[in-house]
Amino acid sequence: MENDDKLIIGGHEFGSRFILGSGKYSLSLIKAAVENAGAELITLAVRRANTKDNESILDHIPKGVTLLPNTSGARNAEEAVRIARLARELGCGDFVKIEIMRDTKYLLPDNAETIKATEILAKEGFVVMPYMYPDLNTARDLVNAGAASVMPLASPIGSNKGLATRDFIQILIDEIDLPIIVDAGIGRPSQACEAMEMGAAAVMSNTALATAGDLPMMADAFRKAIEAGRQAYLSGLGRVLVRGASPSDTLTGFLRD
Amino acid sequence: MENNYLFDSEGLSEAALERKHKLENDPSFRTDHMEYMEGQQKIESDIRDKVMAAFESYDYNAYTALDVSRALQKTTIGVEEFKALLSPAAEPFLEQMAERARIETRKHFGNTVYLFTPLYIANYCENYCVYCGFNCYNKIRRMKLSYEQIEHDMKLIADSGMEEILILTGESKSMSDVRYIGEACKLARKYFRMVGVEVYPLNVDDYKYLHECGVDYVTVFQETYDSDRYEQLHLAGHKRVWPYRFEAQERALMGGMRGVAGSALLGLSDFRKDALATGLHMYYLQRKYPHAEISLSCPRLRPIINNDKIDPLDVGEKQLCQVLCAYRLFLPFAGITVSSRESKSFRDGIVKIAATKISAGVSTGIGDHESKYNGTESDAEGDEQFEIADPRSFETMYKDMSAEGLQPVLNDYIYV
Repeated sequence: MENDDKLIIGGHEFGSRFILGSGKYSLSLIKAAVENAGAELITLAVRRANTKDNESILDHIPKGVTLLPNTSGARNAEEAVRIARLARELGCGDFVKIEIMRDTKYLLPDNAETIKATEILAKEGFVVMPYMYPDLNTARDLVNAGAASVMPLASPIGSNKGLATRDFIQILIDEIDLPIIVDAGIGRPSQACEAMEMGAAAVMSNTALATAGDLPMMADAFRKAIEAGRQAYLSGLGRVLVRGASPSDTLTGFLRD
Repeated sequence: MENNYLFDSEGLSEAALERKHKLENDPSFRTDHMEYMEGQQKIESDIRDKVMAAFESYDYNAYTALDVSRALQKTTIGVEEFKALLSPAAEPFLEQMAERARIETRKHFGNTVYLFTPLYIANYCENYCVYCGFNCYNKIRRMKLSYEQIEHDMKLIADSGMEEILILTGESKSMSDVRYIGEACKLARKYFRMVGVEVYPLNVDDYKYLHECGVDYVTVFQETYDSDRYEQLHLAGHKRVWPYRFEAQERALMGGMRGVAGSALLGLSDFRKDALATGLHMYYLQRKYPHAEISLSCPRLRPIINNDKIDPLDVGEKQLCQVLCAYRLFLPFAGITVSSRESKSFRDGIVKIAATKISAGVSTGIGDHESKYNGTESDAEGDEQFEIADPRSFETMYKDMSAEGLQPVLNDYIYV
């Protein structure tokens, strides 16, 4: 991979396009996961980091990795804003991933509230990365609200079901000028690779690693898949022939001028 | 159903004994358990009708191995599949159910296990529930902690490292009124990140008040969803009103609480029907209040002071495991708490399959944390509600869970 192919979010450059989740596996595995994933951005739930426990997740994250605190637990924009401000107070930096859910069963994001929170936090100087249901109108509103990226879900969080919303993510990739980061539901390296081939700027994964037999090895597999997908995208994918082979004689070969 | 519950404590007055025996033997002497008492709020809700329609018509013996096998092949476990998984026909499928439950738990919760501790602040009770150690006819040492004592115990618990507390009382509105509980919760907010209550059912405004005091989670056990059986077991007191108790979680959510928990006390009645109703109660609550965090428990009957014959009857560990796996597959997103009513070996095993939350450093007595945590004996202690089966301290539990490859989590919550 060329070194000058950087992921740029809110003016910050990242060499890796794999954003790692941290909530579902033991803290002792975080270092190995980060290293094998080659990750430079790692999410953490503010509600989990807000602990007196000696084993705070903050102590396990290797230096040089940027923290991406999320607002999980927020049910509306107001709660998300308060959690984001708390993250800043806790020393988690200026990045924030907005997660607003008012459904505890599927944990689907509330797009309308997410737009509101994005606007408030962007004005306060946060680098706002909203998690959203892939909808073009919402994505445009998020751009106008000051988002630094847009993070559409591939399928419900934790489901490992892959790119169920593939066509709608493609629309965002085609129409939105911010980095589109595919978040939630990516269960296998091959699915991450496909998202990158489509032109996604990055992929975020947590459950796929946490439920793997060998977490560090799976982190490595994801890294390779994401790099391969990116390389394929940059190289320009060959065409796919839908019906049979391509005829050697073209239909318009008879035209004389 | 076998009845080992009834016994007479020594030292009861003749009048008290006479009334007790009348309550036990003469149904006409008891109040109507389906009638709300004065001051008990009625709400509009169809959840009870939905749950009870399924409860009444559930014939678990009608399910076959084929039904269970079909259920396990489905991607989504719906109500019909849940019924099959709770049936006796599912018992031979326990290992398969456990394997799938483990995957679901991992997908939704990773390898986390949440630790919390209960704090009983009073054991006065105005109810006569025949199986409970706190019942008003059981001669035990009664106690209500002062605010100073509450704060003292909370400091002890917080110093051990715990960040989540569940505050409990006996059900006495005169000895432990809502203001007393609210003040205790305000104190708890000083020492703990998360505060839950397991107290007598309240009206919406009272839940609102407790929420303002810092409470976000409410646990109420229905004991049994079989209202006829409930009538035979809860002979006197405000707890006797079955429908008011059923609607407690809904009133708590209407009062602004973030989450609710519930369950039947398995072993009081037909456990398969009670497990079905428990799952459906939580299922319909989540459908009506999609933002609510839903949690299930699975308490089984335990021996109490003055009566060591009380046991969970036909609910063995295998049956309990089956119920928990069925809960997990039906409600993959729900928290499942397994209390110290269960043994170390059961809890160590079940957290790998379905449970997400366990208690540690538990005492079900009043004011005895000093002796339990520091080994200092004290005379001023109130007796316990039931005998616990897993006495592990917070520190031991933390180490044990880590050794099992799990990630103990002390807090996953922000009060916003």
